[in-house]
Amino acid sequence: MTDTVSSPAAAPKRRFQINDNWAPWMVGIGALVIWELACRIFAIKPFVLPAPTAIAASLWKWHEVIAVHAAQTLYTTLLGFLLAVVGGLALGVAVGYSRFLYKALYPILIGFNSVPKVAIVPILVIWFGIGTIPAVITAFLLSFFPIVVNVAAGLATVEPEMEDVLRSLGASRRDIFFKVGLPRSMPYFFASLKIAITLALVGSVISETIASNSGIGYLMLNASARFDVPLVFAGLFVVAVLGVLIYAVFAMFETRFTGWATRAQAIRFEGGG
Amino acid sequence: MALAEPAAPSTAGPPQDHFVSIRDVDLVYGRGETGMQALGGASIEVQKGGFAAVVGPSGCGKSSLMKLVTGLLPPTKGTISVAGKIVDGPVNVAGMAFQNPTLLPWRSTLQNIMLPLEVVEPHRRKLRRNRKDYEAQAHDLLAAVGLTGFADRAPWQLSGGMQQRASLCRALIHQPELLMLDEPFGALDAFTREELWSVLQKLWMERRFTVILVTHDLREAVYLADTIHVMSARPGRIVASRKVPLAYPRTLEDTFKPEFVDIVHELRHHISRERQAVS
Ligand SMILES: Nc1ncnc2c1ncn2[C@@H]1O[C@H](COP(=O)(O)OP(=O)(O)O)[C@@H](O)[C@H]1O
Ligand SMILES: [Mg+2]
Repeated sequence: MTDTVSSPAAAPKRRFQINDNWAPWMVGIGALVIWELACRIFAIKPFVLPAPTAIAASLWKWHEVIAVHAAQTLYTTLLGFLLAVVGGLALGVAVGYSRFLYKALYPILIGFNSVPKVAIVPILVIWFGIGTIPAVITAFLLSFFPIVVNVAAGLATVEPEMEDVLRSLGASRRDIFFKVGLPRSMPYFFASLKIAITLALVGSVISETIASNSGIGYLMLNASARFDVPLVFAGLFVVAVLGVLIYAVFAMFETRFTGWATRAQAIRFEGGG
Repeated sequence: MALAEPAAPSTAGPPQDHFVSIRDVDLVYGRGETGMQALGGASIEVQKGGFAAVVGPSGCGKSSLMKLVTGLLPPTKGTISVAGKIVDGPVNVAGMAFQNPTLLPWRSTLQNIMLPLEVVEPHRRKLRRNRKDYEAQAHDLLAAVGLTGFADRAPWQLSGGMQQRASLCRALIHQPELLMLDEPFGALDAFTREELWSVLQKLWMERRFTVILVTHDLREAVYLADTIHVMSARPGRIVASRKVPLAYPRTLEDTFKPEFVDIVHELRHHISRERQAVS
């Protein structure tokens, strides 16, 4: 009590920030503790639900093998994602730039996106065999759609007045594209990267569980066939960590390169007139 | 864009003293049965260095008229000429500003103002070599509208009124002979709006570009314009043109004088008659 009285201005703010930063960690650690206790108290069999300590032990025991497979998964994920960025950006710009291409391609893209990609993996296996290539292609197929849609949407949000100002000065479509359309679509592009990289990881792991002899997906499938459930969970943990890390990297890119978008938005919401 | 009439320019060319001349212009959006006539026989003449205001009921085609004059749209019928030339494409000699200031959030205020220079000839070619001179001009303009010291701010750091000042600078940076304003102060509060009237009037008196101002604020029209054109409901045409015989520079004090108030009343009368014609 005396603490809060001695620094009345700083105290509420500091406490609020501590809550902010530590809340997810505390919830996470709390959940692990409850999990561990539940496993011990109810004597749950490790092949049904291994305790966190058992998973950690497995993680440590197999860490060299896991590292090799994780590297493979990361490799196919990033390669598929890279192809999706190039292809998605090109197609998004084309669709956003040309009304004809928009009309021609958009329904096809939507249709394509509603196909479950798992169903494509067997076909990829017929064409390319099992291994790296189907995983890269599956990662690509899953992740390129959000990039296309976001870039196209960004290009479509150019204000008509802005276009009038520039066109009346004799600007070509190309001028307007480079001066307004493309920069305007960058926040959409970077926002889509976060989603796309996560989907690429999903694609890689799916493909590895179906058709591969390496990668975390394969490792997990293999472990579950041997009833090594702690190792399955260890694989799951590694995938989760990978997912969070790559998401964080691209979220950082987003704020770094297109911070103006979020700041401009915040002001616009505040200032009504 | 083809000419609407096979005109013989030597005889049908506009007289020298009319900088903008809109003659008997129709504009139909869409084609055939679904076509919607926005303008029907609109005619306006604006002298070089003149300040014309266009008022009228909402949806009567005022913004469409702006697009015709700047060459963004071809008229369905009639001719438009600007600076002695029949308009058959984007005119280049015009600056435009709208109710929405449309500043680009990833550029600083100065970079926003200099945007037209990156597009319009001949500045586009000269910009790289003469960057310093152009920047000096931009700073002068910023000073003229009261934005000294805001050049490096991002647009979202400016208030609505300041953004509109910057938008005005952007419209004037390439020293256009014609300034087209479409309800530029419509979204601002009354005090800011009146401040900007005097900023605009000062700029106009110093530089004497020709102005066409679309507005729904009758006091604004009378304060600023030398001639006010009242448009009918859609399809729009001009039903009355009124000269404003008050001396420049006009002040806020003038807006309370009987001559001023009488003109506002007269215009209001015209507009309400036009609005009744619709309903
Ligand atoms: N691009 C367009 N296509 C079809 N109709 C339009 C278009 N632009 C404006 N209109 C119609 O033309 C009429 C005049 O519009 P506008 O010139 O914007 O009027 P104002 O600026 O006087 O309110 C309105 O009824 C509007 O709905
Ligand atoms: Mg309008």
